[in-house]
Amino acid sequence: MTPSRHAFAAIVGKDLRTELRTMRSLPAMVLFAITTFIIFRYGLDRTALSGSLASGVIWTTLLFAAILGINRIFLPEREEGGFDAFRLAPVDRPVLFTAKAAVLFLYLAVLELIVVPIFAVFFLQTWEGLLPLVLILLATNLGFAALGTLISSMAVNSRARDLLVPLLLLPLVVPLMIAATSATGPLLDAGGPSYDKFGTWLLVLGLYDGIFCLVGYAVFDFLLED
Amino acid sequence: MADRSENAIRLRGLGRDYGDRPALAGVDLDLPAGTSLALLGPNGSGKSTLLRILATLLRPSRGEVSVLDCDLPNDAWKLRGKIGYLGHEPLLYEDLTGRENLEFQARLYGLPREEAASRIDSDLALLGMSRRSGYRVSDYSAGMKQRIAICRAVLHRPSLLLLDEPDSNLDPEGREAARTLIGRSEELGWPAEGPVTRVVVSHEPEKARAESDQLLELAIGGVQA
Repeated sequence: MTPSRHAFAAIVGKDLRTELRTMRSLPAMVLFAITTFIIFRYGLDRTALSGSLASGVIWTTLLFAAILGINRIFLPEREEGGFDAFRLAPVDRPVLFTAKAAVLFLYLAVLELIVVPIFAVFFLQTWEGLLPLVLILLATNLGFAALGTLISSMAVNSRARDLLVPLLLLPLVVPLMIAATSATGPLLDAGGPSYDKFGTWLLVLGLYDGIFCLVGYAVFDFLLED
Repeated sequence: MADRSENAIRLRGLGRDYGDRPALAGVDLDLPAGTSLALLGPNGSGKSTLLRILATLLRPSRGEVSVLDCDLPNDAWKLRGKIGYLGHEPLLYEDLTGRENLEFQARLYGLPREEAASRIDSDLALLGMSRRSGYRVSDYSAGMKQRIAICRAVLHRPSLLLLDEPDSNLDPEGREAARTLIGRSEELGWPAEGPVTRVVVSHEPEKARAESDQLLELAIGGVQA
């Protein structure tokens, strides 16, 4: 068997190289997020948001932008035979899950690096809450990445994958979104961040991440069977 | 009948259904290690299905399948890395170059970097793709993709080669080069674990008879002829 770290690095490197070359996922995710911010700004007729409303706007936007990336994460494997090539290789199959989840995590991190400052410029009067928000973003990204990779691998072989991904993902992602929005709201209060139940929600996010990382790792082998 | 361990492939009553439709039925075969088998039959006779079962990419619906002393599908994981498979699809990433695809393959198979580079260079040269290996696969013609796909299938020097119409899309020069790489592996010094066994799907019975040790002809419905 090829050492898992070598196979992991090969898959992540291949995906990042392909994305840098083709720009098929990230630009669409960023453009979607910025457009949504503009719509919220004029739709709500507000130049400043705070608290739970700000939290709702940022997480609604990130969730649907993430779905664009999740939909595409296994497309090269499906359309260009990468699944078969991987199944023939002497590599533990869950390595493909961890590598794809890592790639999705990186996509989400880059997306947030671009669009969260834009959100702050558009809507926030104080930026003090952004630093602790990074923790929430990273913890939520891990959950998105694990669940998104799992759902995408289940849906990719279906012709209706564009429908299946949100259909399967959205109900399962509700606990993650409740924890993320609840933790984010107090951080974006107009008077500055408050840390009420911050640790509790971070723990909930951590539990969710742990569950779906383990489930994905455990069942991925079966998902690759014919 | 040859002993089980002498056979690279042993099939007994192999069958595979797609829903209610049988694609293969009652296929028996003993293929000694180091020999070559030509799979013949009309379109829809189950040749590609048989090849995918042997490659561990499909599960049989019934029957016994033993490949390189591993019973399928239970021991399929033991075969990973020992099979070189060339199907109808080239299994190449379109947005990577031909060389990048082979380097990715080499990393998946855990080949040391220097050895991988040496094999890639020699195989690309043999198949006349050295100069064009830096182009993206999406820019290749079907024949060029096939040449790189053949390089991909043999890069890890497998003990069992499963090739579905390896000549397709190749010009005469490409066919000759592919035949050299596929057919003379021992002369080329492949460090495979044992003698290389080959199963090749063909639509040219005369050529297949001349180049193979055994023939297996399948009929429509996947029944052994």
